[in-house]
Amino acid sequence: MPFFSGENMTGGYGGADIINSCTINVNRGEIVTILGPNGAGKSTAMKAMLGLLNLKSGKISIDGKDISKLTPQDRVKEGISFVPQSRNVFTGLSVLENLEMGAFLREERIEEIIEEIFALFPILKEKKAQIVGELSGGQRQQVALGRALMTKPSVLMLDEPTAGVSPIVMDELFDHILKVKKTNVAIIMVEQNAKQALSIADRGYVLVTGENKFSGTGKELLNDPEVRRSFLGG
Amino acid sequence: MDIINAIVLLLNYIFVPALSYGSQLALGAIFVSLIYGILRFAYFTAGDLMSFGTMFTILFTWYFQSLGISLGILPTALLAIPFGIIVTILYVLLKDKLVFSYYRTKKSPPVQLAMVSIGTMFVTQAIVRIIIGPFDRRFFDGEKFILKANEFKEMTGLNEGLTIKSTQVITLLVTIIVVSILFWFLNKTKTGKSMRAYSDNEDLALLSGIDPKKVVMITWVIAAILATIGGALYGLDKSFKPFTYFNNMLPIFAAAIVGGIGNPFGAFLGGYVIAFSEILVTYAYRKFFIYLLPESIEPDGLLQLLSTDYKFAVSFSILVVVLLFRPSGIFKGKVL
Repeated sequence: MPFFSGENMTGGYGGADIINSCTINVNRGEIVTILGPNGAGKSTAMKAMLGLLNLKSGKISIDGKDISKLTPQDRVKEGISFVPQSRNVFTGLSVLENLEMGAFLREERIEEIIEEIFALFPILKEKKAQIVGELSGGQRQQVALGRALMTKPSVLMLDEPTAGVSPIVMDELFDHILKVKKTNVAIIMVEQNAKQALSIADRGYVLVTGENKFSGTGKELLNDPEVRRSFLGG
Repeated sequence: MDIINAIVLLLNYIFVPALSYGSQLALGAIFVSLIYGILRFAYFTAGDLMSFGTMFTILFTWYFQSLGISLGILPTALLAIPFGIIVTILYVLLKDKLVFSYYRTKKSPPVQLAMVSIGTMFVTQAIVRIIIGPFDRRFFDGEKFILKANEFKEMTGLNEGLTIKSTQVITLLVTIIVVSILFWFLNKTKTGKSMRAYSDNEDLALLSGIDPKKVVMITWVIAAILATIGGALYGLDKSFKPFTYFNNMLPIFAAAIVGGIGNPFGAFLGGYVIAFSEILVTYAYRKFFIYLLPESIEPDGLLQLLSTDYKFAVSFSILVVVLLFRPSGIFKGKVL
């Protein structure tokens, strides 16, 4: 039984169904990436697992507990954290304030968690008093990751974390994501850069028109001729 | 000596009045800016909410006076302000529950909410006129002057007097205290930070578990506090007339927009920018130049750029210029 799973999810934003009996699951300490062409429903599948859209059918569960009926806020309390693709930081607040807001629901002292985040992303400690709007794209993504980790989540969902950053920053971000994985967090990530994503992912799902088309370990997918031809450019 | 006389003249007729008028505008502009940042609409009831709060402050002042309670040299109204604030808080929270929450849950566009706030503006105006009437009222008591023109002249031997009214000093002191507490709250407390976060990025704030209901409620409470204090200070300094308060909406909005709407600190400074511009542009400089220039080239006219009747034109022009050339305001706020 996987730690966090969405089974046979069907639904959309009110109109036509965008995902059709799509199944995605992940275990702790594992990186799972969702790939597919534009409009395949990758982000939608992730948002469904977070509760941002109403599903017609399907079941979302974490650690054996059914959370299909919970609101996104309540799912955050269950240990799921989400980093949106855009507008994923508070640009007008300082780095430290961004982290504090991430831990808004935590009653206990948060200094220790902040220290852990600073250990993962040393640059944030240096810039902790700076306004996030003044940081570079890569640093902002680290703030976004840090903010999401402040709830000490067991599941971290990333919507195209490397969109719009340079290849060097992308490698650096993937390194950071691997570091997060080592802290025993389950990571689901939607990615456009399929090859790079599969190289760090344990498993991957390829969605086409909202359905599971292929799935397997990173290596299997990278070596699958059909996947290569369709999505990885030969 | 003439130069000092000229400076005292400007201090007396421009600097001191603009400082207190600016503080009163700043208090209004801060809450307009907060509401824009958090509730995301232009709150056109601003002027009339100030009039509502002032009205209850006056009613409580009268009540205290009838009981024989006074603060000695200080105006009794200072004692009445907290009671005025409580009534105003109840009023805005009721208004939010009955009117605004409906449009908020429907996720109405900001323009619709702004129109709704014009509606609540008329209702608020009507309530004020029904309860206290449309007339001009003075409710100041206590010691009127801290420094009288004659005393100043005797002290310094200058031709020009400098008058400092106690209401001007009270305005400045109260503004400094209130604004310091407000910025401490917004920048240092968890609730204050969550309000800034909500204003910055609503979706992410919700994902972080920030409770929108609480943020909205606190915004209204702050608005009621600032409106009542700002309105009461304005009324003490000048006089209370509901129509004047309605008119003040223009300079208040100008201040909020000049400061960068959604940015409370910008709105605070914007209040002074507008007040100083209004008074600088409508002041008659004749006497000032008589002091400075040799007799041979003394000016004949009043040397007034605009008659005081046009003071609202000044705020309006600043508003238009800012929107044309720097739509995010002087201190970066949201782009309108």
